[in-house]
Amino acid sequence: MRAKYAVKQLSIFLENRKGRLKEVTKVLAEAEVNIRALALAESAEFGILRLVVDNPEKARSVLSAAGFTVKEQDVFAVAVPDQPGGFYQVVRILAEDDINIDYTYAFVRGKDQAILIFKVPDELFEKALEAIVKGGLHLVEPIFFYGH
Amino acid sequence: MDWRKKDYLTREDMEALQQKRLQEVVQRVYHLVPFYKEKFDALGIKPEKIKSLEDLKHLPFTVKQDLRDHYPFGLFAVPLSQIVRIHSSSGTTGKPTVVGYTEHDLQVWTEVMCRSFAMAEVGPGDVVHNAYGYGLFTGGLGFHYGAEAVGAAVVPSSVGFTKRQLMLMKDFEATILCCTPSYALHLAEVAKEEGFDLQKDFRLRAGFFGAEPASEGLRKAVAEAWGIQYFEAYGLSEIIGPGVAASCPEGELHIFEDHFFPEIIHPETGEVLPEGEEGELVFTTLTKQGLPIIRYRTRDIASLYRAPCKCGRTIVRMGQVRGRSDDMLIVSGVNVFPSQVEHVLTQVEGLTPNYVIVVDKRGVLDVLEVWVEVDERVFTGDIGALENLKRKLEEELANALFLRARVKLVEPKTLERSMGKAKRVVDRRELEKNLK
Repeated sequence: MRAKYAVKQLSIFLENRKGRLKEVTKVLAEAEVNIRALALAESAEFGILRLVVDNPEKARSVLSAAGFTVKEQDVFAVAVPDQPGGFYQVVRILAEDDINIDYTYAFVRGKDQAILIFKVPDELFEKALEAIVKGGLHLVEPIFFYGH
Repeated sequence: MDWRKKDYLTREDMEALQQKRLQEVVQRVYHLVPFYKEKFDALGIKPEKIKSLEDLKHLPFTVKQDLRDHYPFGLFAVPLSQIVRIHSSSGTTGKPTVVGYTEHDLQVWTEVMCRSFAMAEVGPGDVVHNAYGYGLFTGGLGFHYGAEAVGAAVVPSSVGFTKRQLMLMKDFEATILCCTPSYALHLAEVAKEEGFDLQKDFRLRAGFFGAEPASEGLRKAVAEAWGIQYFEAYGLSEIIGPGVAASCPEGELHIFEDHFFPEIIHPETGEVLPEGEEGELVFTTLTKQGLPIIRYRTRDIASLYRAPCKCGRTIVRMGQVRGRSDDMLIVSGVNVFPSQVEHVLTQVEGLTPNYVIVVDKRGVLDVLEVWVEVDERVFTGDIGALENLKRKLEEELANALFLRARVKLVEPKTLERSMGKAKRVVDRRELEKNLK
């Protein structure tokens, strides 16, 4: 299932310094890489920008060439109805199967759907996918992100 | 001879004394220390050939690594049965440097400390608050025995517990303060915070400050904050500890040259430089028995002046130490080598990341920062892992350096961009500015 549903996410290490976010996004814009989803994690001194983009290989290579430290990781995406309880049903399923969520972020798609992106520990990745499917929820295939 | 007279010998008498002592020490090291015999033999030098002070330039240098290579007692010129005291550097990477003293050496040390204290006419009735570290470090005990010998009452407070130190200084009516210059200023600032009136609540009149480089600004700040006369104490454990040189009331740093013969050499060619020129300071111990050392390279950059001083002393003066000829840093009185930092980084992550050591002043205290590049080998994409790495590095650095270092994780190429590729150390303290 992993091969079918793993979405490549890029994590980029950033110092908390003026202009760094601008630099990253400029590199991507110039390479015509489209950002489909993003989240920014921060500590006091540094941050990690997490991106799902339409062309992860290209994004990674242009960012590395520009001197950024980039790590590629697998995440998965779940589509839920954009209504109260949508996020809850996914989290509940994962919690019931003892799957820790490292972090998650989300965006709204169209009028009535939300896409939730989850990062779980690598060794629980397969188990998480199975739990989602067994719970009757809809996993989003990576082509949804890459195709545009 | 009364030690009080030694600072006032004519140049002729001094040189005659030095020459006689040099001949003796050369004989001693040749016959008693295999390391020197081998070195002299390799250069074809017989000890008898060294007749005058002028001949000293033919002898080989001794460097810190030689002491490490002969750890612990390999360079001692007497059997251990004659050694009565051993001091050592912390030696966190590789071997520490170990120094041993015979009873006679301790007498010499006490004498030069007496001559140092005589600069401020310290004696009976004075209370010497000694906040140098007691232990393997030579600072604490060196000042301690000197102060006792001149008849002062010594308070062996050692380092730390600043508020308690202030209480003791006030209640015991300390007149003389001994510590690093940055700690003297720190004491002053804490005293102000605690509501003390530095002039009224304390009886200090002078201080002996050393073990770290101090800028003109820092000296002035210490003297003004406490309203005291500032005396500099210069020394290094390989030569004896504190007491190699001390500044007089005129502010001139006098070397006790009847015991420690100084030369200034070109740091690269090793050639002896004429009086007044700046170069690396080199010492030959003329009277030490336990660990006599020939032409020890201090790595300190300074100059020498032999004209008599306004204070009346005739012994040679050295200019302010203007820097170090190698990469050793002194941070809050603690020696730090970039190799120690590198060692820790390698140990913790099993790799050698790109790093830069940044030394700066925060207020009056030195702060040490280690900037480590986060590259693909270290970065897992996880923020917790980075925070753990930072914490672990800080812990390990504190253990290895005996000093707190702040670790800052930075993006690759930041270091090259901001400081030039090969530079491993950036010293932003005033010393650095003075050198430029």
